[in-house]
Amino acid sequence: MNPYAVAVLIGITFGWTLERAGLGSAPKLAGQFYLTDLTVFKVMFSAIVTAMLGAFWLSRLGILDLSQVYIPETFLGPQLAGGLLFGVGFVVAGLCPGTSCVAAATGRGDGAMVMMGMFSGVLVTGLVFAPLREFYESTSRGSLTLPELLRVPYGVIVCAIVAMALIAFQVAERLEKRA
Amino acid sequence: MSTPPRRYADPYLAGVCLGLVLLAAFVFAGRGLGASGAFASSAAGVVAAAASPSRAAANPYFARYLAGDGPWREWLLFEIAGVIGGGFLSALFAGRLRAAIERGPNISGRSRLAYAFGGGAVMGVGAVLARGCTSGLALTGGALLSAGAWVFMIAAFAGAYAFAPFVKRAWR
Repeated sequence: MNPYAVAVLIGITFGWTLERAGLGSAPKLAGQFYLTDLTVFKVMFSAIVTAMLGAFWLSRLGILDLSQVYIPETFLGPQLAGGLLFGVGFVVAGLCPGTSCVAAATGRGDGAMVMMGMFSGVLVTGLVFAPLREFYESTSRGSLTLPELLRVPYGVIVCAIVAMALIAFQVAERLEKRA
Repeated sequence: MSTPPRRYADPYLAGVCLGLVLLAAFVFAGRGLGASGAFASSAAGVVAAAASPSRAAANPYFARYLAGDGPWREWLLFEIAGVIGGGFLSALFAGRLRAAIERGPNISGRSRLAYAFGGGAVMGVGAVLARGCTSGLALTGGALLSAGAWVFMIAAFAGAYAFAPFVKRAWR
């Protein structure tokens, strides 16, 4: 199948799911950071756990060759600094880049503004990139994974993340009840 | 249209569906989901069109998006076009299509739009440095157990919680 057709189909299901969960609405997402509505966390972690378990078992059963799947590369310093900045922008904007597209598509003007802000931020950073380049390329660890970093078998990390997620879901439910 | 909008889906059910979409991307596309890459690729395309293609290709950040089939054939641009279409269709069938500026009770529409733009721009800087955002790095890399993805995810939540008190007026 044509890779662009696959991209559009995957995108449609992605956008549909985000909208169904309510993640096209900025005040709902912002509730995550005031502990009144933990939908962001619940959706994100049940998605991570599902895809992680799926990838683990499909690869065990020989259906999916994980060496053929692109693993996002690790650059510790830039990802730590970029993550902190990204989080600050996220709570100010109330939407992340993907959810801003859903918000805009459903008629929300604030979603369109987040998209424009995001585009401008990337454009300007790209234009003044030269002095940032050394930091951007620093602390490179290639396609390092948690099992490699912690020297623990893949299956053990998978179990640990599932256990952590199940505990965190319980905590999330209690926090929402209290709010 | 007088029917009230449908309730949102259960977050755990929606999360499992999102996980299956991500898994389908691993199996059928050999990669995960993404969003910020679509912004980066179109920014590269705009720079190439506004300046000369050769000058844009000399830019160390945009160059990689201009190689190969060019910035407008980037996989993530097609995926994001799908996201926009899918979000629209879902809201249409749920009765949630509405022209509005969503904001907290104590902020004007104009301020909300300024926050939206400013917050978006800061996320843009962060996403360039980190090489991804919530979709392409946190979600995709998180499921594939990429070490950098988990560093990014923890840092992003930490940054957001640390800054939340300063923008409380925008949301509460």
